[in-house]
Amino acid sequence: MPLPLFPEHLNFPAHNASANDSSITKQIFFSTNVIRSLLRVVVSARTYADFTPQATFDIKKCDLHKLEEGPPLQAMLSREEGLQYYRTMQTMRRMELKADQLYKQKIIRGFCHLYDGQEACAVGIEAGINLSDHLITAYRAHAYTLTRGGTVREIMAELTGRRGGIAKGKGGSMHMYTKNFYGGNGIVGAQVPLGAGVALACKYLGKNELCVCLYGDGAANQGQIFETYNMASLWKLPCIFICENNKYGMGTSVERAAASTDYYKRGDFIPGLRVDGMDILCVREATKFAAEHCRSGKGPILMELQTYRYHGHSMSDPGVSYRTREEIQEVRSKSDPISMLKDRMLSNNMASVEELKEIDVEVRKEIEDAAQFATTDPEPPLDDLCNHIFYNNPPMEVRGTNPWTKLKSVS
Amino acid sequence: MASLRCFLRSGKNAVTAVLRREFHGTPPAAVQVTVRDALNQAMDEELERDERVFLLGEEVAQYDGAYKVSRGLWKKYGDKRIIDTPITEMGFAGIAVGAAMAGLRPICEFMTFNFSMQAIDQVINSAAKTYYMSAGLQSVPIVFRGPNGASAGVAAQHSQCFAAWYGHCPGLKVVSPWSAEDARGLLKSAIRDDNPVVFLENELMYGVPFEMSEEVQSKDFLIPIGKAKIERQGNHITLVSHSRMVSLCLDAAAVLAKEGIECEVINMRTIRPLDAEAIETSIMKTNHLVTVEGGWPQFGIGAEILAWIMEGPAFNYLDAPAVRVTGVDIPMPYAKILEDNSIPQIKDIIFSVKKTLNV
Repeated sequence: MPLPLFPEHLNFPAHNASANDSSITKQIFFSTNVIRSLLRVVVSARTYADFTPQATFDIKKCDLHKLEEGPPLQAMLSREEGLQYYRTMQTMRRMELKADQLYKQKIIRGFCHLYDGQEACAVGIEAGINLSDHLITAYRAHAYTLTRGGTVREIMAELTGRRGGIAKGKGGSMHMYTKNFYGGNGIVGAQVPLGAGVALACKYLGKNELCVCLYGDGAANQGQIFETYNMASLWKLPCIFICENNKYGMGTSVERAAASTDYYKRGDFIPGLRVDGMDILCVREATKFAAEHCRSGKGPILMELQTYRYHGHSMSDPGVSYRTREEIQEVRSKSDPISMLKDRMLSNNMASVEELKEIDVEVRKEIEDAAQFATTDPEPPLDDLCNHIFYNNPPMEVRGTNPWTKLKSVS
Repeated sequence: MASLRCFLRSGKNAVTAVLRREFHGTPPAAVQVTVRDALNQAMDEELERDERVFLLGEEVAQYDGAYKVSRGLWKKYGDKRIIDTPITEMGFAGIAVGAAMAGLRPICEFMTFNFSMQAIDQVINSAAKTYYMSAGLQSVPIVFRGPNGASAGVAAQHSQCFAAWYGHCPGLKVVSPWSAEDARGLLKSAIRDDNPVVFLENELMYGVPFEMSEEVQSKDFLIPIGKAKIERQGNHITLVSHSRMVSLCLDAAAVLAKEGIECEVINMRTIRPLDAEAIETSIMKTNHLVTVEGGWPQFGIGAEILAWIMEGPAFNYLDAPAVRVTGVDIPMPYAKILEDNSIPQIKDIIFSVKKTLNV
């Protein structure tokens, strides 16, 4: 019996709203889409010959630990890649901001850890690996759920706890999964040994796949991470450890938490590199470099991505008691990953302002539709309460809140 | 002279064996197998059957297992499938869970379950809860096994019973074999189960031999998880127990039988899911219940069984309050006399039975 059970729909592009739309809405939607695609054809046709198809950019040199040489100092970016990265990062940004809004309206409850500011990390990493590789991260996971094949609709519906959520409403913000993406993990640091275990399976099954294993600057001090470094190195597991250093572990700055803030060196016997996590090209090239290292059988490698989160640790943290608004504003104006990419593309004539605005509008629409779905989709049925305890198990009884209540559980 | 006699005898045995085989067909060849060997054979057969199964833990490979349970496996299967880990439970338990998530079927050995406390977050939060949290997208086919409960002279930090701790958590199956047959059938079922299974062995039982019928020796002999077994039929009182305490119950029953008291001894085999039905059916026959466990009394296995019985149909059949025989509510002492008096003895079971029956 094959193991689950990555439902077919996850491999398809975004769900259409058609199931719930009235026919009039469908017609309007259809006609505006037709107009828009006509415009796009016109715009593209006019500008196809004008844009630079590809450009090379200088990227920051990475600090190296136990490595003779690092990633290249230049990165090539094609127009298609640039537009795709821009669209994905913008989608992430808008999705997180929408989540912020819904949380303040109390439509999302519980934990909500937002990723805005760090988009270059998620998109850059995915650009450096394949979908057939594996990835695991901690709780700031919405963006990774997206890059690993989730749709905005099902991510948002999971945040609002609806049956259309990626985990049917049973996981919430921190427990989203897709094929080759192992969450979304709530216990700080626990995902790191898990990731090494996935890497062990990759090596065992001999499919030349690797596992990207992410954790934050706060988690970097966890003992189990050092246990994992040891075993991953001993057994030469194909594991890229990535520390997303956004300078604060909840409310504690890195200087107050770590005796050594050189996170890329903390792997000791594991080679490491420190990467500008706000530059998507830097992240991509470093990831490619690291992936090559793993796939050649050299064992694990460690990357520290220096990045920044605009929001507080979670929605219950305003994020200004332990850092200044000036600091946040400075990063936003000087190092924003989306602005950086946009500036690069515009100044090299790789896209037009209108084109990027067009993408912004489309992204906004996608997020609006997703939010609409996420707020109107019904909550999971009570029948689902006790399901999914065991896989591949005959139906069983689960005790309810009192001895007379016997609930049904199916796999 | 003696050696010649031995030689002749062995020759005669060989001839008899051949004759038996040729002319009488093969009668059921029961053998004596220790719990240790039963576990070893079960793992060997499952490793052979499914390439995705592998064993990891401290000293499981080159040392042949701290208690020799994995003897010979490394020699047969090599480094890829029998993995010695450093002394880092949290790390290697997490690695095992991750490997299970990515398609392998690990057996993660804890040298004793006392050390599993270091890794308990991985067992509960990463293994047990994941299938539910992912609404069925991600399963975790893993077995955590190792000796549990009191041993001999190893004192407080090495003697705790974790049946109640793991038995508390939804998403886990928790199994506690007693005999060699239990060990074999339940370990095979656990390895073939697609869910996290906590497999609680007992160090003092490893060397105990049991008769194993030919049926039990077959490669596909499985004992279903969640079903108890009645080891001894009786009419007067039900004794419910798990693991090594089943031996004590049977010994107590033998003594009581001489006085005309017939005990029905139930071997739980599985802690979670609890086979309440088997216990209830027995109580409806005997009208009396005593549970026997090695662990501490508070919030323990016996406490759970008694609560089930209170809430279920068997309550009306009880002629006396159900009671528990448990370990003494103290950390395990070292000195032999103190240790012996910290866990249930046969006399404690007999005493409790007689008190319950008011004789």
